[in-house]
Amino acid sequence: MVEVTGIIKKISWQRYASFFALVFLFILSSLLSPYFLKPQNIINIMRQISYTGIIALGMTFVIITAGIDLSVGSVVAFTGAVVVLSMNAMLRVIDSEALVLVLGIPIGILVGGAAGAFNGLMITKGRIAPFIVTLGSMSIFRSLSLYIGDAGEIQSHNTLYGKLGMGSFLFIPVPVWVILILAAVLHLVLNNTRFGRYLCAIGSNQKVAMFSAINVDRIKFYTYTLIGMLVGITAILLASRFNAVSTSNMGLTYELDAIAAVIIGGTAMSGGRGTIWGTVFGAVILGIINNMMNMVGVSPYLQGTVKGLVIIIAVYFQKQKQ
Amino acid sequence: MKNNDLILQASNICKSFSTVEVLHNISFEIERGEILGIIGENGAGKSTMMKILAGIHTPTSGDIYFEGEKVLINKPLDAKKIGISIIPQEFNLINDLSVYDNIFLGSELLLSNRLLNKDEMKKRTRSLLSNLQVEISPDEKIENLSAAEKQMVEISKALAFSSKVLIMDEPTSVLTQHEIDILFDNMRKLKESGLTIIYISHKLKEVKAICDRVLVLRDGDFVLESQVDTISPEEMAKSMVGRELSQVFPEKNTPGDEVVFEVRDLSISGLLENISFTLKKGEILGLGGLVGAGRTEVAEAIMGLREVSTGEIFVNGEKISIKQPRDAVEAGLGYLSEDRQGSGIITSFSVAHNMTLVSLKKYSDNFIQWIDKIRETESSERFRKLFNLKTPSLDTALEFLSGGNQQKVSFSKTLDTQPDILIVDEPTRGIDVSAKQEIYQFINSLARKGLSCIIISSEIEELIGMCNRVVVMHEGKIPGILEENSINEEEIMLYATGLK
Repeated sequence: MVEVTGIIKKISWQRYASFFALVFLFILSSLLSPYFLKPQNIINIMRQISYTGIIALGMTFVIITAGIDLSVGSVVAFTGAVVVLSMNAMLRVIDSEALVLVLGIPIGILVGGAAGAFNGLMITKGRIAPFIVTLGSMSIFRSLSLYIGDAGEIQSHNTLYGKLGMGSFLFIPVPVWVILILAAVLHLVLNNTRFGRYLCAIGSNQKVAMFSAINVDRIKFYTYTLIGMLVGITAILLASRFNAVSTSNMGLTYELDAIAAVIIGGTAMSGGRGTIWGTVFGAVILGIINNMMNMVGVSPYLQGTVKGLVIIIAVYFQKQKQ
Repeated sequence: MKNNDLILQASNICKSFSTVEVLHNISFEIERGEILGIIGENGAGKSTMMKILAGIHTPTSGDIYFEGEKVLINKPLDAKKIGISIIPQEFNLINDLSVYDNIFLGSELLLSNRLLNKDEMKKRTRSLLSNLQVEISPDEKIENLSAAEKQMVEISKALAFSSKVLIMDEPTSVLTQHEIDILFDNMRKLKESGLTIIYISHKLKEVKAICDRVLVLRDGDFVLESQVDTISPEEMAKSMVGRELSQVFPEKNTPGDEVVFEVRDLSISGLLENISFTLKKGEILGLGGLVGAGRTEVAEAIMGLREVSTGEIFVNGEKISIKQPRDAVEAGLGYLSEDRQGSGIITSFSVAHNMTLVSLKKYSDNFIQWIDKIRETESSERFRKLFNLKTPSLDTALEFLSGGNQQKVSFSKTLDTQPDILIVDEPTRGIDVSAKQEIYQFINSLARKGLSCIIISSEIEELIGMCNRVVVMHEGKIPGILEENSINEEEIMLYATGLK
């Protein structure tokens, strides 16, 4: 009996810490504000977190390999700008908004994927630390998007595109559907496929992975390409919400939110292990905290402080567990 | 409890980790200037006992007396102040720092202006090292040293602070015979100068050769205490495992005539020069030599882990090109690395996940790479039975397993690709007698089934006991290949030291 309770104490808390934190916050918020539990508010929170949440799914993989990607926010802006500009260009020759939209979406995924592939190449073939490579590309892609958009806003001429981002299916907004589906798929990839297993192996001990005949470079390259593609999806959804891209503001500090969601979700910064659902909970926790602070009237300027503290506390508890 | 001859006494030491008691009422005494051997199988509690003396663990109950005074050793610094130093099994040196930086780490000598007194530190380092007959520059970086040299630096580090008791945990596991001889000479000199040494080892012949007295631990109890003069290594082994040990090495298999593997003119500039040898079906070929002779480099070059300057590799008469480890695995080669923790196993992974790490493709041979976990578990279960693996479950992370069991998992991992040619690098390093014996039996039975095996080993006995032929290396070359009848200690040493 002692052993059983001991196991419950040790394992469950560790594994489900982010889930318990979420439940706690949920109850606390519903007590603090009568509006919190209103379906519209919950749906809003979910929509808000879905953009950085999708990126955080990819960031989970990157961090499991003991890497990091700081360029995601800039790539959101860059990809968004390219998507809107190319759709606008296509509209001049193609009459159908629907067709242009169908062509625009793969462009976004490709451009994001290409940016990620660039990071991946520099990290694997160039043997440069992920932090440095993505710090560089963060600057590169922000600057490129400012350049192509003249540091201003790029309006989309495709009205159908705007409906995609604001649309709902079965009362749930499109971006929320996207993150839920992606999370389910990536959860299976992480836990049930060779790629997922290799990710953890590389993050735990790269040398063992190499000695075990795992093509470490290829797996890493795929991982950075994958997060790039997810960034592309976020860019498509985000640009369609406003049917425009603000090249200076779009995606700003998204890397922070994405990394924070991963860490709060219990993935170790040192790599080797992590969960997708933890990251989703992490993103929702951040979303609820933001929402709650708005409701109880905390100055928006102070919200960053709270977010920062939450990240530090989450990592503190992670360290204590080890 | 006062006796002037006694330097250290442990009295009724108990130690529990969570709910498991690993040491039960251990008491012993050590006289000043003796070399005390402590032996026991993995998990017997030797390392735990020593970590208590060194302040790394604190005992659950019990007292320690040093020079007759009761002492509390709660942290490593306490032990250092009293005069107890430990040389751990895994080196505790910082690779990026120089030899003298490491020796004085945490106790740097300072000038009157608070800056580092580098000249004095280097001078003392030089004299410490020359007393040990080692030629290492104090300025050399640790990463450029061989395992044996690192060991010497560890010893110097302990001696630099006038230790009265020196604990050595498996000090010879990375050393070659020649280096062991030097180490023993040094230990005898240190003993004459009044130093007390606690020597922990699996190698019973060494214990017999160097120790005055031996204590045997089994499952957290002391089962035997004896003067070394009056006990044979066989008797020591018997009391360690609690049963009679049959012959350690199985009877050798007679290999076929068919050459299944050949290396021709393999060179890596600066490391290997024209390495050529053949391997027959069912043969066990030894690769001997001193540490640093290039044995591991040969294995790593074959496995595609190192870039080679020249060289050809033939499997079943066919020339193959190995650019990366995957190519070697697909050609039917398997490799068990010498550095279990560093490159062999993932300690945070479960037993099953480690076992299938190289062969994972076999269990996920479909478009989406979906892993068939049922087949994976079945296969892991087979290996668990085959190796008599002691683990609570297949989902247990490897960090909770003993060294011998970790090595069995590492073996399973290498074998799950069903290689025809197996290269094992120091397969029994740091594991206990009975696990060793199991591994010898296992390699032998594989050879009988037609698998060809290359054993890289620093233990000459192992080469003599296991191999059909022995390739001896010296400074990146092969001065000699010994056949069946000419395999003996003397011949191997003559070639290994470059005398022949």
